[in-house]
Order: sequence, then C-alpha cells, then structure tokens
Amino acid sequence: MSRVGRNIHVSVDRLRQLAHRDARPRKIKADAGTCPKCDSHYSADEMSRNLRVCPACGHHFAVTARERLEQLGEPGGYVELWPELRAADPLQFTDLKPYAERIADAEKSTGMGEAIVCAELEVRHVPAVAAIMDFSFMGGSMGAVVGEKFARACDHAAQKGLPLIVLSSSGGARMQEGTLALMQMAKTVIALDALAEARVPVVVVLAHPTTGGVWASFASLGDVTYAEPGALIAFSGPRVIEETTREVLPSDFGRAERQLANGQVDAVVDRRELAQRIGRILHILSRPDVDPTAGTAPAGLQWAQGGAQKVKSMMDRIRPGSTDGEDAG
Amino acid sequence: MSDKKHGGRFVRKVAEKVRRPGSDAPDDDLWESVQLARHAERPYTLDYINRMCSEFEEMHGDRLYGDDAALVAGFGRFHDRPVAFIGQQKGRDTNERTYRNFGMAGPEGYRKAMRVMEIANRLGIPVVTLIDTPGAFPGASAEERGQGGAISRSIQMMWRLDVPTIAVVIGEGSSGGALGLGVADRVLMLENSTYSVISPEGASAILWRDASKARLAAQAFKPTAANCYRWGVVDVVVPEPEGGAHTDHEQSAEILDQYLYRALTDLDAIPSADRRRARRERFRKLGPLRDPESGMGMATGRETPPPG
Ligand SMILES: [Zn+2]
Repeated sequence: MSRVGRNIHVSVDRLRQLAHRDARPRKIKADAGTCPKCDSHYSADEMSRNLRVCPACGHHFAVTARERLEQLGEPGGYVELWPELRAADPLQFTDLKPYAERIADAEKSTGMGEAIVCAELEVRHVPAVAAIMDFSFMGGSMGAVVGEKFARACDHAAQKGLPLIVLSSSGGARMQEGTLALMQMAKTVIALDALAEARVPVVVVLAHPTTGGVWASFASLGDVTYAEPGALIAFSGPRVIEETTREVLPSDFGRAERQLANGQVDAVVDRRELAQRIGRILHILSRPDVDPTAGTAPAGLQWAQGGAQKVKSMMDRIRPGSTDGEDAG
Repeated sequence: MSDKKHGGRFVRKVAEKVRRPGSDAPDDDLWESVQLARHAERPYTLDYINRMCSEFEEMHGDRLYGDDAALVAGFGRFHDRPVAFIGQQKGRDTNERTYRNFGMAGPEGYRKAMRVMEIANRLGIPVVTLIDTPGAFPGASAEERGQGGAISRSIQMMWRLDVPTIAVVIGEGSSGGALGLGVADRVLMLENSTYSVISPEGASAILWRDASKARLAAQAFKPTAANCYRWGVVDVVVPEPEGGAHTDHEQSAEILDQYLYRALTDLDAIPSADRRRARRERFRKLGPLRDPESGMGMATGRETPPPG
C-alpha cells in the first residue's frame, strides 16, 4: 500500500491489476511476447490485461486505436464516428511502392480504414469525444482523411458541448499526399477553435511517437497535455537533427520525461493511470450550470453533468487515507 | 506605379502553363522549377520588402528568448498604408547564409512573427507573409524551446487574425516551417516557386532510403505553382520575368507589388467576419478523400485557369 500513499492518482483498476499481478505465477506460454527493455516474457492475454505495459519494468508497448478506446472507455462502450472515410490518391503517388497499394495493405493488416479513429465515449463516466491515432496504419501519418476526421471530431464535440480527448501517435504528415497533406496541419488547428468557442477543454495525450506535422499542429495545442513514459515528442526526429547539424544527441532526446523538464507537457502519465487522470481533469474542469464569463449558461455546455456525481463519488473513494476500502469499490 | 504595366503578357503565359492538359509538367520542367525556386540569385524576402515599401522598420526579438535572423518581421509603408511584412530570410554568401541559418527559423522566429502579427491585428494593419524556407530548423535547442508548439501557434494566430492577410510563396516552401506563415485569406505563389510537404532531398532519404533520389521525389510531389493552383492550395500564380525571378529583381518586385496591391484592395472590401469565415472554409475543404457513405469522392481543387 506504500505505492498508494505516494500517488493519489492510482485508480481502482490499477490497484486491482497490482493485486492480480502479484498473485499470479509467471508463466511462459506459446503466444508469449518478450519485453525489449527487460526481456520478461508475457502471454498476449497478460499484455492486454496490463494495457500493454510491461508489468516488470513499465515499458509501454504500442496500442491500436480500438484497444485504446477499450482502455479509456467502458468495455465496448463507444460509438465510432465516420469509420467509412477512405484516402484518395490525388498525386497517383509512387515511391518504392504505389500509395494505393500501401493503403490497401494497411487496411488489410490493421483492419482499420485510416490512421485515426474517432468515437463518442465515457471516460470514467465523463462523456467525451475522442480522436485516437494509430501508428500501425502507415506510421499514423496525417493525410486528408485524418485531417477531415479530426476536424469533424472538433465540430461534433463543440456542437454537443463535450470535451475532446486527443491521443496522438504519428510520424507526421503523410508524404504520399504531398502538399495537400501539409494543408491538414492548418485544417486541424483551425478546427480546434470550435472547442474554444464552445468553451470545452481539449486534453491531448502524446503517445510514442508524436513527431513532425502532427506535433507542429493540433498535438501541441491541448489545454492539458499528458505524455506517456518514454514517448518521443519532437518536430524533427533525432536522425534528421544529427544528419543536418552533426549534433550528438543524448539518448533521451525528445523523450516525454525530458519534454516535461523542457516545459512542453503538463505531466508524464503511466498508461495504467491514464483513464483515471483524464476523467479526473475533466471532472475538475467541468463547470456548474452558470457560465461565469457570460453571465448565463449557453445551451449544451454542461458536458460533465451526467457523470459529475459518479466521478465525485469515485474521487472521494480514491483519496489518500480512504484507499484501504478500495476493494469494496 | 502603373497597375497595367506588366499585365497581360505574364498572366497569359502563366495561364497557359496551368491550362496544360493533365497535372504533369514534363519532368525536366519540373526539376527546372525546383532548381529555379532555390536559385542562389533569386530575390529573397528583404529584396522584395525593400523594393515594395517606401519605408520599412524591422522588428527584432521574440521578447522571450532571442532574435532569429532566419525570419524577418516588421512594418512598412506599402502604397501609402502600413503593412506588416514577415518572412524567412536566406543569405547569399557563405557568411550571410550561416547568419540567416539558411532560412530555417527556430521557435524564436515564429514567436517574433506572432508578436508582430499581434501588433498588426491590434492596430488594424494587414499582414503579408513571404515564404522561403527549406523547413523549420531541425536542432536540439529548437526542440527544447518548443519548435512544434511555436509553429502550431503561429498557424493558429494567422487563422485568428481579424485583419486582411496574404501569404506569398516566393521561393522554396517546404514543410511545417513554411505553413507556419501560410494560413491567410489569399495565398499567392510565384511562378517558379515550390510548395511541398517536405524538401525533395528529405523525401528522397525517407521514402526511397537513398539521398540521391531527389529528382524522383520532386517528380512524385509535383510541387509547382501550377499544380498548387489546381489543388486549390494557392489562389493566384504570380508571373516572373522571362527566365525566372533571379534575372531581374526590380521587375520581379514590381510584379509582386501589383499582385499584392490588387489582393489587398479586394480584401479591404470584405467585412472581417466574412473574411475569417472564408479563410476557415478555404483550408477546411483542402484534401480529397473517398466517402463511400455519400457514394462520392470529396474532391477539391479546380480546373479553370487562374484569374487574370
Ligand atoms: Zn519490461
């Protein structure tokens, strides 16, 4: 329990996981994966239960967008938005392989239509709209579909008066869509202002990696910005910098912990505490009925009303000193 | 100066280029365009500003950390009115190139740009940006001081401005470093300039895993003014003197002066709220995709030649 005393952000789920983990004997199964950092072996089932974080050393593995939604929301409790949008090939682009072929391959191997999934969900009982990027689909790169879905998510959240949760994991703009991919940076930044006008917050979670045109557009404009441990966060990647400037970079260059020290993010948050931290900040930021700046409450802005009470009771339960009763919750 | 002096001839030439069937200029033309966009004698930002403004006062520093010589910003008199000019600045000889950091601005550059934009907006002064950069500076120090956030906030500020805004790609417009100054009511592009998601060399190294495939990359990206006009990325293609802008700085500046003056006059007539709405729509519709639900592709771009 000493871990709990140190960190008031430990969630109920996290406690369950810790208890669970300690009780389980270490087994190596046929479908086991190996942690690249500490060489521990885990079954696929174990990995998924531990949100794809190595229980031994805390290494954060990549997570698909749909699995992220399961992790953040209630199990199966999300409604995906605009899954039908697909990339066009405006340049008839070919590098080592035609772009059209790359898209078809990515769809086949990931089962996703594009590098972003948007959904309506509840995070710890707080309703929200989420825009989650998936690095496994062409490096999470941003082309016209990612830009359009992100912009629609902003509009949708603003119209419904819901906060927006953005999870970025991307190598930047999708080069195969050329100049039009670059323009998605402008499109997404402009779209974010719909939320400013609706006075609802934007929480950005920077997952590994968040680089290039995605970091230099919406990903760096969150009201609250969390980063996952070890995530690379940079406009220019280390290789490009070393080749251009001949600098020798430290091994932790651009990593979340260093970017926290640089003042670029608000906190580095362990994935196993992420949903709880997002629910908590959205609860803190949720307003009562009256908008103090406008004098009256604009319609549709009480975004956390539905879940506020539930969140409050949960917060009461996880306060330091009251954690011993956790198992009953 | 006379508005008609360089009128018809240049416009016709550009219109013909844009009218060419298909979006593929012959490969040699395309590579020539890439070379011309980065020609060592091509006029740079201050070459235009000093010729177009009767007076110009350059501002220095971001008031947070330092002054970035790779990006110049200040206020000038343009056709008897104040205009804020902001642009990346390249250098011509080795010393000046180093001093200007090859036109690759760091966060201080974009924050200086934002500082000048804020003043312009408060005083009701239009903002003109001149884009000429191989990209934002890729350096550890730039990253530590928030290169990504500086660019995204510059994009955000340009979108939020109430005053008329014009962006002009005058040479090489590559990557987010270019777009950081690119969100405007009207986007102009010089005939032989390029506007691309990445430099041909950068793309060559990443996509072909071979630094020598720059020419191939340029052909794949087709980042010419004519194509950017077709895609709807730019609104006006500004002609250059015969042979390219580097052959005659005076004439290049005169032509740009006319096009800027015309665009400014057009924008003056539009109420601020309408301008901002149109600015938003302009960028919102960029990017073709397939929407099977509606049974149609969401196309952008245009087929018609540029307005003369
Ligand atoms: Zn491990």
